[in-house]
Order: sequence, then structure tokens, then C-alpha cells
Amino acid sequence: MKRQPFRTAEGGHLIDRSEPLRFDFDGHRHEGYRGDSLASGLLAAGVRIVARSFKYHRPRGVWGFGPEEPNAMVATGVREEVRPNLKATEVPLSDGLKASGQNAWPSVSWDLGSAFGLAGDILPAGFYYKTFMWPARWWHGLYEPVLRRMAGFGPAPAAPDDAFYAKRRIYADVLVAGGGPAGVAAALAAARAGARVVLADENIRFGGDLLRAPGEIEEGDGLAWIDTAIGELAAMPHVRLLPRATVTGYYDHNLLLVAERAGEEAPPGTPQTRLWFVRAREVAIAAGAHERPLLFAGNDRPGVMSASAAGGYAHAYGVLAGRRAVVAGNNDSIYAVARLLRSAGASIAAVADTRPGGGEAPDLPCRADRAVERALGSRRVRGVLLRRADGRTSDRSERVACDLVAVAGGWSPAVHLHAQARGSLRYDEERGLILPDRPGGANRSAGAAAGRFDLDGCLAEGWAAGTAAAASSGHERAAGPPPRSPDRSAGEAPVFWQIGAGKRFVDLQYDVTAADVELAAREGYRSVEHVKRYTALGMGTDQGKTSGMAGLVLLSEALGRPVARTGTTTFRPPYTPVPMAAMAAGLLGEGRDALRRTAADDWHEARGAVFTAAGHWRRPGYYPREGMNEDEAIEAEVRETRAGVGIVDVGTLGKVDIQGTDAAAFLDLIYANRISSLRIGRGRYGLMLREDGRVFDDGVVMRLGENHFYLTTTTAQHHAVLQHMEFLLQTVWPELEVYATDVSEHWFAAALAGPGSRLLLGDVAPELEVSDEAFPMMAVRAAAVADLPALVFRMSYSGELSYEIAVPADYGLALWTRLLTAGREHGLTPYGIEAMGVMRIEKGHVTHAEADGRTTPDDLGLGRMVRADARSIGVRSLDLPALRQKGRQQLVGLSVIDPETRIPPGCQVAESGDLQPAPPLGHVTAFCYSPTLGRALALALIENGRARTGQTVHIASPVIGFSAAAEVVSPVFYDPEGKRLHV
Amino acid sequence: MLLIPCPFCGDRDETEFAYGGDAGIERPADPGTATDEAWTDYLCFHDNPKGPHRELWFHRDGCRRWLTVERDTYTHELRTARLSRP
Repeated sequence: MKRQPFRTAEGGHLIDRSEPLRFDFDGHRHEGYRGDSLASGLLAAGVRIVARSFKYHRPRGVWGFGPEEPNAMVATGVREEVRPNLKATEVPLSDGLKASGQNAWPSVSWDLGSAFGLAGDILPAGFYYKTFMWPARWWHGLYEPVLRRMAGFGPAPAAPDDAFYAKRRIYADVLVAGGGPAGVAAALAAARAGARVVLADENIRFGGDLLRAPGEIEEGDGLAWIDTAIGELAAMPHVRLLPRATVTGYYDHNLLLVAERAGEEAPPGTPQTRLWFVRAREVAIAAGAHERPLLFAGNDRPGVMSASAAGGYAHAYGVLAGRRAVVAGNNDSIYAVARLLRSAGASIAAVADTRPGGGEAPDLPCRADRAVERALGSRRVRGVLLRRADGRTSDRSERVACDLVAVAGGWSPAVHLHAQARGSLRYDEERGLILPDRPGGANRSAGAAAGRFDLDGCLAEGWAAGTAAAASSGHERAAGPPPRSPDRSAGEAPVFWQIGAGKRFVDLQYDVTAADVELAAREGYRSVEHVKRYTALGMGTDQGKTSGMAGLVLLSEALGRPVARTGTTTFRPPYTPVPMAAMAAGLLGEGRDALRRTAADDWHEARGAVFTAAGHWRRPGYYPREGMNEDEAIEAEVRETRAGVGIVDVGTLGKVDIQGTDAAAFLDLIYANRISSLRIGRGRYGLMLREDGRVFDDGVVMRLGENHFYLTTTTAQHHAVLQHMEFLLQTVWPELEVYATDVSEHWFAAALAGPGSRLLLGDVAPELEVSDEAFPMMAVRAAAVADLPALVFRMSYSGELSYEIAVPADYGLALWTRLLTAGREHGLTPYGIEAMGVMRIEKGHVTHAEADGRTTPDDLGLGRMVRADARSIGVRSLDLPALRQKGRQQLVGLSVIDPETRIPPGCQVAESGDLQPAPPLGHVTAFCYSPTLGRALALALIENGRARTGQTVHIASPVIGFSAAAEVVSPVFYDPEGKRLHV
Repeated sequence: MLLIPCPFCGDRDETEFAYGGDAGIERPADPGTATDEAWTDYLCFHDNPKGPHRELWFHRDGCRRWLTVERDTYTHELRTARLSRP
């Protein structure tokens, strides 16, 4: 048998017959040509059943030509790389392509699920609300597994998608959505006027409807005119052409999302899908229109298709969707389609025109005032019954044999983008069209998208839209007169929807029939939004492009009210499906976000540090050691620091320089404790509240001069604190003379900790007096450290004698390496944030695990720090009854009684250890094994915590069946008197 | 996504900004004398109108100024954007 039995001998402007391609569909090998879509390739090969329907598993063929396709749902690739839910009309054929039809098992041709079609009466509209409910015990064993097999569309891929996806942001004066005659005219007019233009079209070739049917522009071939215009646009540096790119979303303030697919011959490294975020001053919407179906029994049979698509396959691909065609419709387009099919080699069995007068076409077997009553055949169409279009039953139906029924139900303008921009719609009763009315953004619709169906009108409207859009964006150079076409046929179609009885499908993808819509109306549904959700009408991947209008008219008729009153469902982005992987582009893996490294990062890396993410930063978690596991290495870092001296990179802390005559007064207002009483050269722990009284952040504030302070924030809240300060300075107290400058990037800091730190500091800073008296706790000194200009603060987070040394960031690595070198003879141990975390738990210092946005200073045991000045941020709120009431959770220490027990993550604190359901007392906020105390410790927030000191509670994780008794103690486990700070 | 006309930086994407809520909220001048009710009102009970709304936006990744923007919460139309600091 011939490889491509339905390919015509010649013709097909999209294909290249010199390059045959092999592809595989449902395990059968076929052949097509470069330029084919999968749909045209399958039709050329004579494959008529390409998918099964969602609910009844009826055989389905190709209906449409582009993104409106409701039927031909396929998956490409196999297993790991399968890409489900694609429309065969949108999949370009490539050599070696493997594809399969959906909703069928084992194959679309022999599908066991089709038994549901016979039992169709148990699956009416809303069946999932009605059936499979009783008996309840059948649910798990029978209903659920069966429904799961049936539900959804394609298979999910078994492995992550490792193809490349990308995003780009661009700006344009004019974005033109759609590259048919109207869109190309708009782009040309706007570009000639000088505007920066982006022209996007979903097809591989610009031309829109001219791809499907020939037309005449400027006394020549329409497509040739398009090619010339595209050539002119391509040569303009201020124009960007995006073929294979669908404008899918119209968001606020003219931000549009354009999804561009890679071409079949794209060079390696081209993204599979690239999402363009286009901010356009003006938008010209030339998105065209979708052909409507006609409703008759069996209108879903393979071989029943959109007339313009049938003509399009012949014209663009040289493919006959059938050899003997019935063309049926309610408008003049059927005659042109019939002639197109005939010239491509099909025989025309009948041209049925629903209009009483019909059209003038003596060359064709015309049937005026006739409509298709029923399509015959089951696995594919074998013929039709024609009868009087007014549905009178007295006449006998005429039986016409055919293998293709091309139906033309008129056109639905693609108002999606206009409506997504919240433009209003109006219903033109006479023409049966939903049309764009008032625009909701800086946009204008033109051509078929605005209800203009003649070629001359499309060109004129597009030209006018492009000219006006360019002018609105400031480009008024004259673009000349619009191109003209002799085609001025109005292309009007009377509203005609259905005839006869039987299964008349409205939504082919979701198997919604006319009877389902009528049933919903009978059951009391009035809102079109509710009917959509109840019947699933328009909820498929085609989003009702073919079905929406028919459903709307049927519902209005059933409810006995005008269509205009029923209204439409909301048009939401995306216009066509966008792969999730494209949306995730740039949000996964390395490069998803800025990775910040401290100045000493190179050293940590060379030392083999295991890094931990801390916001944008990566910080050394710990430094692995020969012959030790992770826990042992961390414990060694803690022990060596507490016994000798350790060093930790604290370069990630936020640092803010505060200057101005009101600096001290301002700091008193933003901290809950007093700052203004600080002497120059001294620092203080500062506690910052939110206005609602919860702890916001903490750090150290140092006074460098009368009106000059330097403060640190936690790594996590750095940006929030700066925003908070600017908010207060700019909107609440603009009279204060204060300048807050982020100097986090300017300073690097490292902390020396441990009883040996003073000796080491003395070694590296010979000019600095380091005795306890000369350099007391919480003092600040400017000094040369390791020959680098530095600020040295004596403070402690670890609980040991400790100094924090800050140098300009460029000196950071030098400081770190010189300290490490000088520290060799002191036994200096670098430690990471894991050891730091252990030491802070041992000392009961709070972090954001405790200051979690719900806790007050008193909850954390810091109540005495707060001074009684209600003007300071958050202090007034501490007086509110809810924050003073008894029973709040308070910070406590939990000392695990059994020294061998280790605490797992995610533990609650319970009164009893029996793991029975009970309200918890609170939860563990941090836990560790303390090498210093030789047992597991936890910090916890528990109800009335401090009053429970001495009691035994249980640390429990019911999920994993863990429970351990612990004593409630002070959160300061280690050195509560603070003697270690003064060794 | 909004395009916010920053008086310093020009038309800028919403992603450069942080939202700051209702611009009409006055911090009580003397919080110490504010009743619990007045204070709670200030903290928690803010209008959420459908329509024109004066609100604060912080140009976080730009000039770091707080702006008072008039935005229609229904249409997202932006009318004015000026510095909050007089």
C-alpha cells in the first residue's frame, strides 16, 4: 500500500516533499514530510482514529487545524520523556517522532473503555456528583481504582523533564498578537511609523487564515504579499518576529505572556519553550476566529471536521481528510471549501446549506435548506442523513455516502486576550457573535477577532489598529495607505446550532452533549459559570474554543432568555496550555536565585566545608574531619572552641550604619530597650519588636560617635529591618534627621571564641590593649588586626570569651587566612554554623526558631529588657490583654533525662509520654546533643513554661512513635552566671 | 503585574517593589494614652475597599523611597505615585 494514501499529487505550501520523515503512532510506522503537523501526517497516512473521548471513550479524529482542536489529544515520547496532552494539530512532525493517542487502553483503535459509551446513561452531566456514591464500601475497592484509570488525560512522565526551558523579558511599543492578514498589516503599519514592534503568531509561518485558503491581496497572491511584508519587517532593527509563539496571557498594565516553541530545526541549546514577558505600551489583538461546529447526532465521529480545517489540510499540506466529502454549513464559506477540496482531488457528494436560499454554485451538488441530521458510521463516518434545516419531520431524510463531513457553523471571534485584559464584551444578536466592546487596557482588536471576516476589512482594520497603536506610543510617521483585497464578502452566518436528536456533542473534549446542558438547566443551574463547572463544558485543554458559544446558546434557549443575559464564563489566561516546565524555567536548580558567598568562601571551599543554605547565603555548616562522622566533627568543633579557641565566619549578618543628629533618638524608638544611654565605644544587645509587640529581630548596636552608630541584624531579617527603618523614617517620623545605610556588603566579620581568644587577638593586634580591664565586655575598638584596618567588638554568642573582628570586605579573605595562620600555634579551630547552633542552644540564645513572629519579649524571657516607653515601636502592644494573659507559651530548656537518647526533628512537648492524642503543651524549637553537658538538650516553647521549671515533660513525635522524658530547666544550660565571658 | 511610575526611577515593574498597605493609617501620636481599642484599630482594622485606594509601596530594588500610590483595587488602574515623605 502507498505510504501516504491521502497525500495529493502536488500542492501543500507548508510541506517540503523532498524531505520525507518517518514517525510512529500507537506502534505503527508512518511517513510524512518536513513541515507536516502530526495531524496532517496522520490524515495523510489515513489514520482516522487518533484519540478516545474523555468520558465515553468514543473514537475521535482530527477536528481542527490549530489550538482550537478539541479531539486529537496525543502524547509524544515514551515513558520517562512522555509529553502528554498535546494537540496533534500543534505537534510538528519530526523524524523518528513517537506519539500515541490518549484516553485509550490498550490503543485508540481497540479501547476497552468504550464500553462506557454503551452505558452512557449512567454518566450524565455532573455524574461524579451523583453516581459511584453508594455503597460507600465499594469506593476503595472498585470505584476509585476504575475512575483513576479513566480520569485525566495523558500519562505523566516517569522522570524529570531535563529539556531546556527559558524566559525573557522585553519591552515593546506595540505587540501584535496574531500574524494573519490583520496582524501583519498592523505590524507593518506600526513598524513603518517607527514603533518598536513585536509580532507573534502561533504557526510556523505567518499568514493566518491565508495558510488554509488562498486569497488575493494587492492584485496578487495573499500569502506572497504576507511573505513580502514579513521580509520587510524582518529587515527592520526595531521589529521582533516571533513565529511559533502564542500570546497566551494578558495581565495588568499590558504585560503579556508569549509562549514560543522551538522549531524542528532549531540549533542545539534552543529552549524547548521560551516564555516571553512582553511589556507593551499598546497591543493590537489580531487573534482571528475559531470555526464553530454544528450539532447533530454523531457530530463527533472521525471524519466530521471543521470545514476550514478540511480545506486547510488540502491547501497547506496537500492532504485529503477524505475522498468523498459532504460540506455542510450555514454560510458562504462552504462553497469555497468545496471547490478547494475538489481541486485537491476529492469528490464532493453534497454541499448542504442551511439557509433557505442557499448559495449560487451551479458547479456543485448543492442542497439548499438542508442540514446534516446524523452522521452515519461508528469508527469513522460512512455517510450522512440530510434533512430540511428547519427540522420538519414530514420530509424524508436523504442518505448521502461520504467519508468526510466538513462542517461550517460560522465563526467565533477570539476575544480571549481582549477579555483577559478585562475588556467588556457585547453580544451582537443579529450576527450571533460575541464581540469585543470597551477595551480594558491599551489595546485594540482588529480583523476576525473583532468580527470582521472579509480579507479587505481585516487588512483595513489591522492597518488602522497598527497606525493608531504606533501613534499612541509616540510614533506618528505616515505609513501610507492600507493594502487592499477584492474579497469584501461579509462572511455572515445566521445563528444555527442543532437539529435532530441523539448524542449531539457540544464539547468534544469533555464529552458534553446538548442533553447535558439542557439537563443542567432543568436541574436548576442558571449561572453560566455554574453550568460550566457542573457539566465540565469548556474545561478541557481547548478551553471551549469550539464549544463555548454553542453551550451558551443552548443554555440560553433552555432557560428561555436572551444570550446577552446569560453572558460568558470568565476568560482567564492561558489562552493555550503552557508547559509547567516553562513556567518553572529559571526557578529550579542552580541559578534560580542569587547565591551569596562571604569574603572567606574560597577558604571554606578549599577546606572542604559542607555548606548550609542561610537565605541567599551559603555558610559552612561544618568542616569534615578524617575518621569522624558529621556529628563527631561538629562535637569536636564545639569542644575545641570551648576549651581553646575557635573561629567562625559571621560575614552574613546584616550591618547598618546609622548617622544623623537624631540617630540616638531614632534607635530608642525602633528598639524596645534604650540605646541612647550608650557611651561612645560601647555596644549593647538590641531587641527590635514589630508594632504588634512580637519580637522582630535582634542584634548588637555599637556607638561609634555621638551621632554615629553601627548595628547588626540577623542574616534572615536584614532586608526587612532596612525596609522597616525606611518606612519609619520616611512616613512616620520624617522630621527625624537620620540616615540608615546598608553596609552589609562593605564589611566582613569573623568571630574568635573561646578562652584562648584573647591571647590570639593580642598576637595579631599588638597595638590593642586586650586585658579584661582595658577592653571590657561590650566595648568597641578600632585597631589594626593582622595589619588590616579593623573594628573589634568584644561580645559573645557562643558563651565564651569572644571578639568579633570586622574589616572592609575586600580584606575579608586576607583577615581570615592571616588569623588562621597566626592561630596555628594557638590550636585555632574553624567552626561552622552547626557548632555555633549547638553552642547557642547550650547558652539559650534565641533565633528565629524562637522569635517566630508569635512570641513577645516576655515569652522569650527577655521581658525585663523592655523599657516603659510606649512611643517605641511595639511597646504599646505589650499592654494589650492578649499579650499579658496567662497560659502563653514561654521559652524553656528541656534536659533529656536519659543521656543516651537523641532527639529527632519535628517534636512536640506533651504532658504524658504515652503518645495518645492530646493537645500538646508546645513544641521543640531547637535541639542538639550537647558535648559539653553530655546529653541531648532542647529549647521549647511550652504553655506556662517557666512555672513548670523542675517538672518532667515528654518530648514526643507521635508520627514516628518517639517519646523521651525531659526536665524543664532554664534555657541557659551552660554557664548561667556568665563567668566564661571573663576568663 | 503592575507597572509603577516611580517619581525617581520612571515606570518600573511591581517585582522591584514591596507593598506597604493602606497609606491613610496614622500612628497615634502618643501610643501611651491610646485606648486598647484605638490601638487595636490602628494595628489590625484596616479598610479593604473595592475601588480607589491610597497605598504605600517601597521601591526596594530601586531608589528605596516609600511611595504613596493611588490604585484602583478592582481595575488595578494606577492614578498617581508620589513620594510619601513630604
